[in-house]
Amino acid sequence: MNSILSIILKRLLIGLLTLWIVTIIIFAAIELLPGDIATEMLGQAATEESLAAFREKFDLNRPVHERYFSWLGGAIIGDFGISLANQRPISELIGHRVANTFFLAGYAAAFAVPIAVVSGMLAALYNGSVFDRVLSSSTLAAISFPEFFIAYILILIFSVGLGWFPSLANVDVDMGLGERLYRTFLPAMTLTLIVLAYMMRMTRAAILNLLALPYIEMAHLKGIKRWRVIAVHALPNALAPIINVIALNLAYLIVGVVLVEVVFVYPGLGQILVDAVSNRDVTVVQAACLIFAATYILLNLLADILSIIANPRLLHPR
Amino acid sequence: MTDLLLEMKDIHIEGRSDRQWKPIIKGVDLTLNRGEILGLIGESGAGKSTLGLAAMGYTKGGCRISGGSIHFDGQDLVGASNEALRQLRGARIAYVAQSAAAAFNPAYRLIDQYCEAPVKHGVMSRAEAQSDAVQLYRKIRLPNPEDIGFRYPHQVSGGQLQRAMTAMAMACRPDLIIFDEPTTALDVTTQIEVLAAIRGIVREYNTAAIYITHDLAVVAQMADKIKVLLRGEEVEESSARDMLANPQQDYTKSLWAVRDFRRAPPAARHLDEGPLLEIRDMTAGYGAVDILKGINLTITRGTTVAVVGESGSGKSTMARVVMGLLPPSGGSLHHNGAALPKSGKQRPRDLQRHIQMIHQMADTALNPKHRIKDIIGRPLEFFLGLKGRAKDVRIRELLTLIELDPDEFINRMPSELSGGQKQRVCIARALAAEPDFIICDEVTSALDQLVAEGILRLLDRLQREMDLTYMFITHDIATVRSIADEVVVMQNGVIVEQGPKETIFSPPHAPYTELLLSSVPEMDPDWLTGLLKERGAVVTSEEPL
Repeated sequence: MNSILSIILKRLLIGLLTLWIVTIIIFAAIELLPGDIATEMLGQAATEESLAAFREKFDLNRPVHERYFSWLGGAIIGDFGISLANQRPISELIGHRVANTFFLAGYAAAFAVPIAVVSGMLAALYNGSVFDRVLSSSTLAAISFPEFFIAYILILIFSVGLGWFPSLANVDVDMGLGERLYRTFLPAMTLTLIVLAYMMRMTRAAILNLLALPYIEMAHLKGIKRWRVIAVHALPNALAPIINVIALNLAYLIVGVVLVEVVFVYPGLGQILVDAVSNRDVTVVQAACLIFAATYILLNLLADILSIIANPRLLHPR
Repeated sequence: MTDLLLEMKDIHIEGRSDRQWKPIIKGVDLTLNRGEILGLIGESGAGKSTLGLAAMGYTKGGCRISGGSIHFDGQDLVGASNEALRQLRGARIAYVAQSAAAAFNPAYRLIDQYCEAPVKHGVMSRAEAQSDAVQLYRKIRLPNPEDIGFRYPHQVSGGQLQRAMTAMAMACRPDLIIFDEPTTALDVTTQIEVLAAIRGIVREYNTAAIYITHDLAVVAQMADKIKVLLRGEEVEESSARDMLANPQQDYTKSLWAVRDFRRAPPAARHLDEGPLLEIRDMTAGYGAVDILKGINLTITRGTTVAVVGESGSGKSTMARVVMGLLPPSGGSLHHNGAALPKSGKQRPRDLQRHIQMIHQMADTALNPKHRIKDIIGRPLEFFLGLKGRAKDVRIRELLTLIELDPDEFINRMPSELSGGQKQRVCIARALAAEPDFIICDEVTSALDQLVAEGILRLLDRLQREMDLTYMFITHDIATVRSIADEVVVMQNGVIVEQGPKETIFSPPHAPYTELLLSSVPEMDPDWLTGLLKERGAVVTSEEPL
């Protein structure tokens, strides 16, 4: 067990190191933007006094490294500073939106992951059959369309046509869970369709890769049913690549939702990021970048650790 | 009740390649009574495994049974539904695969895999199966039968795994077990224990068996009757003793005769010249673990030094050190009296040229995308600077030297060659550099006996003509007997005995050499029985758990 603990610990440290480097890059990139932030925000006509006051308020007079460390220190405890555009604390501004984005991603994942893994297994089981081909080509078709297109098609069918679900996913804090799930159903479906194909195809391919191996043949020759051979003998050994592709897609669910959120007017991070970029609200952009980067790194870290645990050679050393 | 268990008549099996069905088995009959053991022998590609699997109504992917009938205990297997076949497999007909390490699922403990068939076939409950497993593990002489089942496959040694698989095949007490080369991947000393275990348990439960192997001496210990296959057709079948004593067909006789090749003593030994290669106090390993622990070896020009030992004894590590692929952690290497830099990269090209290597798997040692002329031409260009016409002429000379027709082979791809031809090309590639020392790493162990003999004869001829020196790494004692001048016996990274072949092979032996030599199966049906009696009931050479 010691070796596996030390491997996981090493991965954790590497993850933290990556995250730290990312904070430096984000901070430096914003610093390197041309022009003076105070002038940019207040306009050319601003007086010297108001510029000085702005700089004072946002700590722009202190040296770069001092500002970096106070920003980093704040970010660790969830305080991302103050929005340049409307002078409110960023955490207050984006707090519930972050929660909304994660909620939508989790909702979509709750559909996408089980559907992808099970249909991938079925496709492997009926490899080469009509079912396999239809499944593969329809999921491929789904990722070939841009996400906003899928979103509009779903709205057209389920909202305008059948009237089952609302086309606007305008949730608020006081809403109950049921209501929330109902209102966000269409965006969740859109995201599910987008991420399904990768995960399903990877599951199928990872399992098919194993089917020629002696221990799978052995299971067949022991008279084990085909479905059990796939689910019990092949799947556990195919987990590592599947976990990795799931983690990448989960990260995409969080980072890549901008367009879908805009289409459904969903109050998530995507909307505010779009606003912040057009307003040059750099502190909000910084915060959003940091959250996205942290999500990516943490999910990949989790996938790494799960893959290690899924390997019996590491889990049960000699 | 009749004694007849399995009857296969006029079996035809085809495999699909290049969009065509090509015959693999061409009309073979096979009958087996209850409790009888049939040995199925032949070279690779003879269709032994295909025929064995067909006895379960099973074919590998891309193959089909295209004709004939298979009746198991009165039940027709060719026309049977998949579900009917599934219910037979594992329950009444079981299978033991060649590589136990690959045939156990790495994700589950041995006992889970043992219990699966009896539980899923409804023969026993999980608890019953589990206690039954311990019984069988004990019968088959696995160490710690109570606990070994709770280990994962990678935590158990190869010989133990192979026995655990035999126990697993026995789980439902089948009427028939197909053994598909169960000991081919094992060392000789381990092989003995597995053979004894298999034979014991099969006899105890009166299980019929089809024992597939290419090793005549092994099948002689196991089988009641032997069937010889050649390219999908039966050559002959008779009782084991008759077959060994009195083979009828020429092909069978040629199989028997293979072991006769003996090399004449070398024409010229250069004893006066000083050693060609000298290894002094060599230690080497991977990471902190030393695989080689103080090796001293002197090799005379023009001789063949055979290095024998089991897997893990350090033979191949020594080859890697001499090649400069693995820099040693201590000791020194001398070539023609001059010290060799430890890492191959530091050796001048001319020194690299003098030491060449031929690998075990010719399949993977040749780049599948290169033509033969490129494979042989590369060292000519790299070491000797030959170009254009001169290179072409030399490639043709080399092909002639290895007995392949230049016009026919020079433009071929490796995939268009047989196993033996590939190994010949590997030899030509080594010769192209004009070396004086060649390491042959198990060069014949992946080849059939007749082909292997051809390679040995070729190497012998080349040695005489070109004054080559060989280090011949092998685990096959018969090969050593036929080609070696000097023998080095290795165990656990040290040399336990070395000297001229005549000395090593005549008693008294060092204890390990004795174990190694006595473990080599002989073509005598009573050899195993006699040996087991001699060694006593308990066989304990394997490392304890």
